[in-house]
Amino acid sequence: MSHALLLDTTRCIGCGACSAACKEQNKLGADIDRVNTAYTWTTVQKAGGVNVRRMCMHCLAPTCASVCPVGAMRKTVEGPVLYDAEKCIGCRYCVQACPFDVPKYQWDKNIPVVAKCIMCAPRLARGEATACATVCPTGATTFGQRDVLIQEARRRIAADPNKYVNHIYGLEEAGGTSVLMLSSVPFGQLGLRENLPNKPLGQLTWAVLSHVPDIVTLGGALLYGIYWVTKRREYVQRIEGAPGEEVRS
Amino acid sequence: MSVLELPRPRGIKLTFWRAVFGVIMILFLYVSFMRFYKGLGATTNLSDRFPWGVWIGFDILCGVGLAAGAFTLMATVHLFHIKKFEPIVRPTLLTGYLGYLFVCVALLFDLGQPWRIWHAMVYWNEHSVMFEVAWCVMLYTTVLTLEFSHIVFERLKWNFMLKIMHTINTPLVILGVLLSTLHQSSLGTMYLIVPEKLHGLWYTPALPLLFYISAIGAGLGMVIVESALSGRAFGHELEMDLLEPLGRVMIVVLGVFGVLRLDLLFHAGMLGTIFQPIYESRMFLLEFGIGVLAPILLLSWPRIRQSKVGLVIGAVCAVFGFILYRLNVSITGIERASGTHYVPSWMEMTISIGLVAIGFAAFGIATRYLPIFPPAHGEAGHARH
Repeated sequence: MSHALLLDTTRCIGCGACSAACKEQNKLGADIDRVNTAYTWTTVQKAGGVNVRRMCMHCLAPTCASVCPVGAMRKTVEGPVLYDAEKCIGCRYCVQACPFDVPKYQWDKNIPVVAKCIMCAPRLARGEATACATVCPTGATTFGQRDVLIQEARRRIAADPNKYVNHIYGLEEAGGTSVLMLSSVPFGQLGLRENLPNKPLGQLTWAVLSHVPDIVTLGGALLYGIYWVTKRREYVQRIEGAPGEEVRS
Repeated sequence: MSVLELPRPRGIKLTFWRAVFGVIMILFLYVSFMRFYKGLGATTNLSDRFPWGVWIGFDILCGVGLAAGAFTLMATVHLFHIKKFEPIVRPTLLTGYLGYLFVCVALLFDLGQPWRIWHAMVYWNEHSVMFEVAWCVMLYTTVLTLEFSHIVFERLKWNFMLKIMHTINTPLVILGVLLSTLHQSSLGTMYLIVPEKLHGLWYTPALPLLFYISAIGAGLGMVIVESALSGRAFGHELEMDLLEPLGRVMIVVLGVFGVLRLDLLFHAGMLGTIFQPIYESRMFLLEFGIGVLAPILLLSWPRIRQSKVGLVIGAVCAVFGFILYRLNVSITGIERASGTHYVPSWMEMTISIGLVAIGFAAFGIATRYLPIFPPAHGEAGHARH
């Protein structure tokens, strides 16, 4: 049961109903910012002549969840990546590390927290679709199960190969995401990164972090060994009164 | 006789540097108030596009790196028993300790909610490099406090505590070296997670190793620089017989770093990028020239290395180059991908400069009241020659 969204940029008319619905659903105030902020979790950007909706991609193995020192970010089995503001210390490593530039910070507050799309987790719990998908007038945002939406995306590309770039953005990027995107122009032109590895970015740091116990145990033993040998040598020199080396207590 | 037999204060005279320090402190207090009253947005040039600025790039990354002399010399003297370096261990330990305190305070400014810093002890995420960094900062600051307390106990003549310190000294030094190794490298590991953002001139899977090696080089450079500064301030001679060998070790460390750096660029197919007329390449050349080539050339020349001025200039180059390397990784290399240009605000600079100034002042006060430097040449210390 993993909920997902399919964003078809070819169907988006840029009306901004998704932004407004999101604001209302999540009680984020009335003013819709031009770009995504801590107070506007989704916007439609005009890029490469295309309307691109930007929102949290809800990665299958989120980078934000990997980097957060206090585990404030977590991926739920239902699909959404959720944030626990009570845990957050404000290091902003999630803002720095997210390959999709999603988490935003409350720079204007003196007690700030991170904010981002939560895929309407409370609505999902009630068995409803996300607010953005519900209000979208053209079907540019479709709500459903991830595997079903992948089939749907493949069907749309196959049905109209001239219209679509033959790529589902989010199928494999950074290990895959719960938000999938279709486009008529290369995704790089939409302001999305095309240089992402097809594996979770957290694997890059875990490859090093997983060796911490080795460094501690082997390093500790090695250092103690060197200590013992050099101390012994010093002792022997003191007993034998080795020339050349001056021995001080 | 009082246990605390302090040197008589000479009476506070208003010198030029004290006036500068006073002005910096007034600004520092004002900005500190603004930072916590108004928040990060009103005081820094940080944004969602550029969430980490000079407080991370300089205060944290450089503060930790420049403190690396402490664990290097502690290991050299207490684990490898190369006892001749003993006279410079204490000033280096003091530098390292102040460096870590500097980092801890800077962290309180940078964190959005610093009063929650203890969360890292309660909510664990062992997959996070920041989690490792947090624990290393906490534990190694504790180790440095214990190592440094030895000097304080000696001053207070608390012999019972000195005995305890003597007993735990070896495990403590080993722990310090391990934690430093983890901490120095983990600051590089932090940037492994942004392969799509950090420019190819700096991104490499070997970032942890490069951070570790460069910290040792810069840490040794700081020993020389700090000896020269305190020598000027307190009017004692540079211990060239100890510092000159450090200069030689620096050639090796910087050489390994430089060769490894170029080799990694070669394998990444980035060697050609060095001479492309782009911003990143210019910053790379600056960093590599000042931090690697210049000190190696200077220090390899015996006549320069054996002269006080030459040795200090070589060390200053290495330290500046090191700072550039850290700033390039944390700021220059990220800018293009972030789509914005980051220049720290004057308030950010005030906090960084203010903390450095406090560090200098603390160093001066500590050396005056604590047995940091060996007895002056000409007294007991003369027996060495």
